[in-house]
Amino acid sequence: MKKLFLILPVVALLTMAFIPDGGNGKDGKKVPAVTLKDMQGNTINTADVKNDGKPIVINFWATWCKPCKQELNAIADLYEDWQDETGVKLIAVSVDDQKTTNSVEPYVNSTGWEYDIWMDVNGDLKRAMGVNIPPQTFLVNGEGNIVWSHSGYVPGDEEELYDQILAISK
Amino acid sequence: MKKLILPLMLLLTTASYAQLLGPNISGNVESTFQYLNEDTLIGAQQPSEKTVLNSYALVNYTYKGFKAGARFESYLPHVLGYPDRFSGTGLGYRYVGYKHDLVEFTAGNFYEQFGSGMIFRSYEQRQLGIDNAMDGLQLKLTPMPGLTIKGIYGKMRFDFNSRLQNSDGLVRGFDGEIDFSQFLGLLDSSKFKLRIGGSFISKYQSVSNAAYIMPKNVGAYGGRIYMKYDKFYLEAEHIIKENDPSQDNGYIFNKGHGTLINMGYSQKGLGIVLSAKSIDNMSFRVNPDLALTDLQINFLPALTKSHTYNLAATLYPYATQPVGEVAFQADVFYKIPKNTKIGGKYGTQINVNFATAYRPVRHTSSINPEDSTGITYKTGLFDKSDSLFYRDFNIEIKRKLNKNWKIGVKYFHFDFNNDANLVTKGASGIISSNIAVIDAQYKISRKHTIRWELQGLWTGKNNRDKGDWVTGLVEYTISPSFFFAVMDQWNYGNPNSSQRLHYLIGSAGYIMGSSRIMVVYGRQREGIFCIGGVCRPVPATNGLTITFTSTF
Repeated sequence: MKKLFLILPVVALLTMAFIPDGGNGKDGKKVPAVTLKDMQGNTINTADVKNDGKPIVINFWATWCKPCKQELNAIADLYEDWQDETGVKLIAVSVDDQKTTNSVEPYVNSTGWEYDIWMDVNGDLKRAMGVNIPPQTFLVNGEGNIVWSHSGYVPGDEEELYDQILAISK
Repeated sequence: MKKLILPLMLLLTTASYAQLLGPNISGNVESTFQYLNEDTLIGAQQPSEKTVLNSYALVNYTYKGFKAGARFESYLPHVLGYPDRFSGTGLGYRYVGYKHDLVEFTAGNFYEQFGSGMIFRSYEQRQLGIDNAMDGLQLKLTPMPGLTIKGIYGKMRFDFNSRLQNSDGLVRGFDGEIDFSQFLGLLDSSKFKLRIGGSFISKYQSVSNAAYIMPKNVGAYGGRIYMKYDKFYLEAEHIIKENDPSQDNGYIFNKGHGTLINMGYSQKGLGIVLSAKSIDNMSFRVNPDLALTDLQINFLPALTKSHTYNLAATLYPYATQPVGEVAFQADVFYKIPKNTKIGGKYGTQINVNFATAYRPVRHTSSINPEDSTGITYKTGLFDKSDSLFYRDFNIEIKRKLNKNWKIGVKYFHFDFNNDANLVTKGASGIISSNIAVIDAQYKISRKHTIRWELQGLWTGKNNRDKGDWVTGLVEYTISPSFFFAVMDQWNYGNPNSSQRLHYLIGSAGYIMGSSRIMVVYGRQREGIFCIGGVCRPVPATNGLTITFTSTF
């Protein structure tokens, strides 16, 4: 057991060392394949996400997470401009469990968010993407590679996210 | 276990040479370190080690359809409030599997939920110390579009002692769902959507009990339906559990039931949800002699909002009563449109929520509880009594005033039955409280923001419990890397003057992309810690906490 404790992290680290660093998107890190439902109740495979070669933002949130809603509301004010300028698409992945998942659609519609919403009721995508606690944001480039990630939200972070989107949408 | 190491290592190593073919590694690290002081005023204890550490590292690997992963855990010793059995360092979770368009299987550990989870939910909620991962085999089949069949078979995670320790008993079951908008193209382009599903779960556990003949196999089954038309939806699930004498129900042989109905309407600017729930005798554990959150097979969602403001979330939070409850909830979300006289330039958000839960009626008139059936009462669907468990009314108004200012006000009224759902030792019966919150945010510049919260809680005249509280919070953030906050919770109105204490706590954090380190120092009140509606009592602590999280 002790040996395993040493071996596995070492192997994992070595492996990661071989993989070129993120930032240029060439490490080929993709959105994992998890079967979920979207807010309309359609079954989707998360690995199939596409946006015609334009960037995609994947944001993990929950109705009980205050900074999450603050972030998505801040982006909502800018989203139309962002879409006009870069064609970016935002997918808001709700990690609400059964207790609060029913209020996702009414909440989203009442606030007028124009995002795609995925329902990750039992945390399958959250675990597959290594999210600790929401909010967590991932940026996926036109080739489908995850190129940037940010944990948490404080006001102003949306500007940083937009700078990152601009950098990959040429 | 050894069998798993070699393939994992090989795969991780291959990963580095096969980048072009698209192998993926993802995962995260999380560590919580505490240095604890003794604080006799609040009952905070210092363990003999003085320091404690919980640590986790999860690695997921996928290559084409193949997947494998593992999670290391350390409890050296565990953070206060975790199950006492958790100790040592080792593998707490590992799996291999394969996902194809039509077939997905996982061997080893997996998490799964059937329907709303009232019959079966295996999940991890680390902040609450809950992890009932299954260990065995999971199979998902999609033989034709719109039809999903899932099967599960295995043991459930119970303990961690330098390695994963599972239940003695087994949990097995299957679930099927038909989505008619995809199935045979029946409702292809219709506005009407329909899904139906059914589940079956059986547990096996050999139990000896001097007084009762305990069933070794206990089954549960049920069905669900989801309908949607344009802006309306209706969803219902009904689960029946066969007789399952347990410590939770006092070793009776009644069947149990769980019924959940949700309906909603939403359009741009307005959303409404109505929910109703009827639960009787639905505690369902692999081992019927256990308690707390141990080896729970199912998940019974509480019909209440998950509050986030400190005083509303921690003092009188409600959790589902698995033994029985009848509960209702209504939620209204409304946004007064922007650029209107009342709505202002940016619009104004108003959220109203009402939730209540009652004890179900138990009819005993024609029943002899001493007879051989072991059935001690009868009850029906939504058969509620006047005995109140919980009532929560709350309203929230939020508005962005201009480019720099945002303001929110919130009011709550709670009636909390402490006899049914014990959260405080200082009171019995119904505790009523009113809570008011003001939350203001000022954006100083593009990156600098300051935020204040002022909260007050006042308990009713008859049942004072700990009396009145006030909480103040100031938070300063610098995007994208820093945050600082100071919070003081002051129990200024405690009937016992020696308990009119300040709970002062300061925190600072640094964020580097997807990694974050946070340092917290101060006094933490004993209370209930809840996430997503599941609550766990946490002890009072006084000291330093450092948390590190990272996603890769």
